[in-house]
Amino acid sequence: MRMKSLMLGACSVIAMAGFAQAETLTIATVNNGDMVRMQKLAGDFTEKNPDIDLQWVTLEENVLRQRVTTDIATKGGQYDIMTIGTYEVPIWAKQGWLLPLDKLVSDANYDVDDLLPPIRSGLTYEDKLYAAPFYGESSFTMYRKDLFEKAGLTMPDAPTWDFIADAARKLTDKGSEMYGICLRGKAGWGENMALLTAMSNSFGARWFDMDWKPQFDQPEWKETLEYYVNLMKDAGPPGASSNGFNENLALFQTGKCAMWIDATVAASFVSDPGESQVADKVGFALAPDKGLGKRGNWLWAWTLAIPAGSQKTEAAEKFINWATSKDYLKLVASKDGWLNVPPGTRTSLYENPEYLKVAPFAKMTLDSINSADPTKPTVKPVPYVGVQFVAIPEFQGLGTAVGQQFSAALAGQTTVDQALKNAQQLSEREMMKGGYIK
Amino acid sequence: MARAISTRRKLAFTAIGWLVGLVIFFPILWTVLTSFKTEGEAIASPPHFLFFDWTLQNYFEVQSRSNYFKHMWNSVVISFGSTFIGLAIAIPAAWAMAFSPTKRTKDIMMWMLSTKMLPSVGVLVPIYLLFRDWGLLDTRLGLVIVLTMINLPIIVWMLYTYFKEIPGEILEASRMDGASLAKEIIYVLTPMAVPGIASTLLLNIILAWNEAFWTLNLSAANAAPLSAFIASYSSPEGLFWAKLSAASTLAIAPILILGWFSQRQLVRGLTFGAVK
Repeated sequence: MRMKSLMLGACSVIAMAGFAQAETLTIATVNNGDMVRMQKLAGDFTEKNPDIDLQWVTLEENVLRQRVTTDIATKGGQYDIMTIGTYEVPIWAKQGWLLPLDKLVSDANYDVDDLLPPIRSGLTYEDKLYAAPFYGESSFTMYRKDLFEKAGLTMPDAPTWDFIADAARKLTDKGSEMYGICLRGKAGWGENMALLTAMSNSFGARWFDMDWKPQFDQPEWKETLEYYVNLMKDAGPPGASSNGFNENLALFQTGKCAMWIDATVAASFVSDPGESQVADKVGFALAPDKGLGKRGNWLWAWTLAIPAGSQKTEAAEKFINWATSKDYLKLVASKDGWLNVPPGTRTSLYENPEYLKVAPFAKMTLDSINSADPTKPTVKPVPYVGVQFVAIPEFQGLGTAVGQQFSAALAGQTTVDQALKNAQQLSEREMMKGGYIK
Repeated sequence: MARAISTRRKLAFTAIGWLVGLVIFFPILWTVLTSFKTEGEAIASPPHFLFFDWTLQNYFEVQSRSNYFKHMWNSVVISFGSTFIGLAIAIPAAWAMAFSPTKRTKDIMMWMLSTKMLPSVGVLVPIYLLFRDWGLLDTRLGLVIVLTMINLPIIVWMLYTYFKEIPGEILEASRMDGASLAKEIIYVLTPMAVPGIASTLLLNIILAWNEAFWTLNLSAANAAPLSAFIASYSSPEGLFWAKLSAASTLAIAPILILGWFSQRQLVRGLTFGAVK
């Protein structure tokens, strides 16, 4: 009898604890299509976990970055889950700002080995996974099959920069607003510097040598920037120095660009007949190279991470498990079709025949991601992690300052030599201030 | 003859006035028009001015994704709350400086204004830490406090200039009649300064309504006003102009309507004392 009542008591205590645990997770995220979809589908998670409520804070990428950085640096504790990029993860993990996702890694159902290796390695610090990828992207070449055919050109699967330059000049007809190539020109570490840093990797350039000495005075950078400025002058749209992703997307969708090298996530936008006038005429190829063993493509992932000091770790980890699982991909497919599944995180997706059937760009996306290695991004060795960025806290400011120099060179306000000289000076000063060099 | 010229002149001035008005108003008009377009239509080049397929789809989408009324209520509480508290502090302060100035009054005025000269981001971290420790992060009370502080110098300055226009003799007369200090401010000064106070009130509500730095940085999910609502519709990857325009239109609509109804009050107040 006594035993029975004890058991009963224990049960009710457990039940009470269950009720008491009902908690609210605040999730900070960006306004990108896949994230908006996650928010819409989150009912599936709360149904399975009735003791957890979700509360969303959606912000524009740069606002979000500033917002969550302030919060995590001051341990403000406003968010239980943060959406951050591959740039932040290694820096914040090193600072001890993020919790390692050990439970996720040990969960057999989650199958952490299914994550694409380059993406996973970018989110790992000292052998621990600090963020789970929600979607990943690389960059590649998008081109107009019809225009190439008309001009008698054939785009190889793995083009070289020389081929791209030739083709772009041949396909340009400025009189009828037809431009051979559209590339980013708007200044910013995530804007033109994403393209130019990735591009410079394939030209054999690097930001810093093994002693953290800036390398803008080296011939490889000069070659990169001269190639870019000359090509854009001959075959690019007017005002290219203010074009970012969205501007180029608009140009390409309205049929004004023959080629566009940008994020793989653009593939679904340019192939969408509702948005794009050239939806059925787009072909895909890898980002170009120079025969040096590195391609000019970047690697990025939007990830979910838990800030250190969060009080709701267990619930947060449950949510991350749900949002980045294989089952989530299936859930999206069942509601919105396989084409809308968040790409670039799991090997199994690229082995799924149903996905391969609807996504003609799947193979190119996978090949692009796999050919980028954030730990060995360049031809010559470097002391940093990151393909189109350098994962040090100083890079946001420095990358944007250098980006302004290169954007000015593109606009013709300064010469290539002067822009590189300024970039070198800016970097030396910043690295000295940061104590990397003396 | 003279009459004819003046009519022609009037016409010309009216036309110029309308033109300038239209140019100033155009961005808002364009935002409203874009909010009724599809995303593809919104980036069409050359753009279509009026002849496109009008759609309400963006408004439905914005409403289905976020709770507009919650954000709007936050905006109302924060902007009205901070303005009323600010006025309650500023009216006595401006009274003191306008009617019984000392030799330090000018310096105090300058010192108050100097707090506006520091870029906000410079004090973000200290304020964030204070708010964290006091549990004010993501609360409407916290935002009311910070916006009161920010707009207080402007309120004091505006009221000071209006109060200066009021002859001190009238206040003296009321004192002679035995009015206490409180009665003097409430029954004599305030009614005379109504146009000035009203325009200060309106201007500060608008400033607080549009404030985007502190409201974004100190709020998360609960206290987020309309500035956060707008910021959630901009995206670096993908088309968003139409949805962003719909969100912006919804965000400026209440304050635009308020401004419309009170524009006479506003103009009278802002030009009060400007023309002698």
